[in-house]
Amino acid sequence: MTSVDDRPATPPAEAPRRRVNPVLALLRNSWRQLTSMRTALILLFLLAIAAIPGSVLPQRGVNPENVDKWFVDHPDLAPRLDQIGMFGVFGSVWFSAIYVLLFTSLIGCILPRTRDHVRALRMRPPAAPKRLERLPQHAVLEAPAAADPTAIAAVLRRRRWRVTVRGNEVSAEKGYLKETGNLLFHTSLIAVLLGVAVGSWYGWHGNRILVAGADNAFCNTRQQYAEASLGPRVDSADLPPFCLTLEKFEADYLDSGQASRFWATVSVDEPGGTPRTAGFSVNSPLRLDAANVYLLGNGYAPVLKYTDRFGTSQTSDDPFLRTGDPNATEEGVAVFPDANVDPKTGTRAPDQQVAFDGLYLPTAGDRAPYVASQFPAERNPALNLTAYRGNLGLDAGIPGSVYQLDQRQVDNGKLKQVGTKLLRPGETWTLDDGSTLEFVGTRPYVTLAIRHAPGQTLLLVASGTLLLGLMGSLFARRRRVWFRVSPPAGGSPTGGSSLVEAGGLPRTEHPGFADEFAQLVAAVSGGGPEQRRAREGDE
Amino acid sequence: MSALSDQLVTFAILTYLIAMISHAVEFALGNARKVAVATPARELVGAGVGSTGGTVDEPVAPVAPPRPDRSAARAALAGRIAAWLTALAAALHLGAVVTRGIAAERMPWGNMYEFVLTVTWIGVAAWLVVLWKQPSLRRLGLFLTLVMVLLLAFAELKLYVQVVPLMPALQSYWFIIHVSTIIFASGIFLLGVVPAAAYLMRAGWEQGRRSFPYTLARRLPAAAGLERLTFTTHAFAFPIFTFAVIAGAIWAEAAWGRAWGWDPKETWAFISWVVYAGYLHARATPSVKRNVATWIAVVGFLTMLMNLFGVNFFFTGLHSYAGVN
Repeated sequence: MTSVDDRPATPPAEAPRRRVNPVLALLRNSWRQLTSMRTALILLFLLAIAAIPGSVLPQRGVNPENVDKWFVDHPDLAPRLDQIGMFGVFGSVWFSAIYVLLFTSLIGCILPRTRDHVRALRMRPPAAPKRLERLPQHAVLEAPAAADPTAIAAVLRRRRWRVTVRGNEVSAEKGYLKETGNLLFHTSLIAVLLGVAVGSWYGWHGNRILVAGADNAFCNTRQQYAEASLGPRVDSADLPPFCLTLEKFEADYLDSGQASRFWATVSVDEPGGTPRTAGFSVNSPLRLDAANVYLLGNGYAPVLKYTDRFGTSQTSDDPFLRTGDPNATEEGVAVFPDANVDPKTGTRAPDQQVAFDGLYLPTAGDRAPYVASQFPAERNPALNLTAYRGNLGLDAGIPGSVYQLDQRQVDNGKLKQVGTKLLRPGETWTLDDGSTLEFVGTRPYVTLAIRHAPGQTLLLVASGTLLLGLMGSLFARRRRVWFRVSPPAGGSPTGGSSLVEAGGLPRTEHPGFADEFAQLVAAVSGGGPEQRRAREGDE
Repeated sequence: MSALSDQLVTFAILTYLIAMISHAVEFALGNARKVAVATPARELVGAGVGSTGGTVDEPVAPVAPPRPDRSAARAALAGRIAAWLTALAAALHLGAVVTRGIAAERMPWGNMYEFVLTVTWIGVAAWLVVLWKQPSLRRLGLFLTLVMVLLLAFAELKLYVQVVPLMPALQSYWFIIHVSTIIFASGIFLLGVVPAAAYLMRAGWEQGRRSFPYTLARRLPAAAGLERLTFTTHAFAFPIFTFAVIAGAIWAEAAWGRAWGWDPKETWAFISWVVYAGYLHARATPSVKRNVATWIAVVGFLTMLMNLFGVNFFFTGLHSYAGVN
């Protein structure tokens, strides 16, 4: 991005060199092309356009479930789009190429500009042009209060101009902040990019569901996450050790069903400290030394106690997941793969495994069908379950969802339905083989995101300087003024007092410059009425 | 209180509509500038339209026909009435926003309806400031009131929702910081697109184009003034928008665990930011023509519209507070 200001002086044209190496010439020309404003603008627009598919198509980094769904819905198109990175736009080669080129162009622009600006800062304001009356602003002051160059310089310095006196001439310049701000803004952009890079290299995050109760405590290891993503420079062994136990979860709802407050209470066990209790909520994460814990969602995990025909009991408190219904209808499964193991022989009958799936309604309606909750809080909880017995298919080694039964086993008849029932808390359901299922109650669960994001301080600081620089570059204005003191000419009508001529040049668009110049002239002439304005400005 | 707010919105829309008609009358009655020199009643016209820089010096036939004379005075009167009506409508509009906030017992920015209601008010308030400082731009009011009527009517008909308290995700002081600055910047961008579009038409007219959209610009203020207003509004709004996006990132860190996650709303904010940055760069580069730069500003506004309507209606993301689904 080339400079927008006109340069103080055009450098003397270099003598054309004979015999330029064609490779060097090509490189130099490409570099000039890349760092030109035109290219930078085109790259900016490419960046904007390239971001659009990232909002139209689901992105793996944002919502992997939707990407899977998109693949199911568009089986032909999806793999082809996937090949060109359309489901990971912001990490794709072409998106990266655009911003890498843009930032290269940026660096290629700010380096020479910084050099020029440092030079300009160290240079004295340039000498006055010969004919001040040709400048956009011009005035002649007769018998001003400040009639010698030093006095005029003092007036200017008081108004925070950078001033230099050369003989009978005063040169002053102001508004260096514009270029300083501009450079600060663009440098901050690079720092922002670095902050993002550090965060993605050294950061990690994982999501998981945490059900209340000490037996469900979570400790920070890779295996404990349902879904985790470590940066390229992070190893599983680098995850800091700490443990969380959900003690309590409170949710308040309005009568309309809209949530008004969430509050999770956990006990935290960090190395080198005694376990402590901490609370957190949406908008107010739990900030540990090594990571932050964010509350993303919540729900209920039904506690189901199954007693098989041998009288052995097992309890499941697997969370039921929200279906997306604002009234918190949840669906899920309770599986008992170790049911009906003969206690005498200890042998497992693979076709005698038991599982239940169905819906949990925190507030069930008055009559069937019990398929949707009426309110998100537990006002009239009910569990609408279907029982299955047979082979759950867990030993086949095919990975499946833990929140669903393997439908293939049902379809091929290896897992059979053995009844359905609506259960209220405390109720017990006796199945056809005499085994029982007791709905003990529910435990709350929370969905957590646990994250470590280094580079965020850098991001914050860089954003601050970016904003400061932006304001400097937009609102500061570079301008110059000159004053020339002429010694009193013999026979002058002013009776021997000196004559001061002033000229002003706004170097960037500055609609208020005429006023500022007039005020400056008035200050130098001591507010005297003798000033003559030879020419008005562009206003 | 909520019902009062709804009634005030309706009255505001009606008043904007009458102001728009009044501006249309001003347009229809002719170009007052040419008469400004010829008419003895110079003060009257000068107060309204005559102060456009430089036009007073235009050589004009010394004998002006008397009829345009009178219609020019009438046009100026219609324009002044329109400006006062706009101010009245803005007062009603403000009343609607405030009563909505009182009814909800919170800042009235909790859903898309309230968002549009406040953004349009910022736009019109900023317009009144511009009008105060540069009365010569008054004829732009026709387009501005048109935008107001369209947006407010759309909000009233399609986006309206009952007053409800904020959901927990929005209960944070960052809500006030992030949303108020987004609203402020959007309002100024909304105002900025009016002179941008007017400039594109007027510049075409001044270059001698006489086909349809350009003919609308025959009685608009001079292109240079429109262009300057376009730049001023965008240069003013851009840092505020930048701040709002940064504030949003800080809030997102606390609420969602990441400062930036390419949620559709964030993606489009990024696109808008890049396009507006492109406008400011293009505007500052002498080799880029002014109308090219202004087109970029218009595209920037289209991306803002896309972010508000397109993202809220068509995409699902974390910013699902519109209350229209």
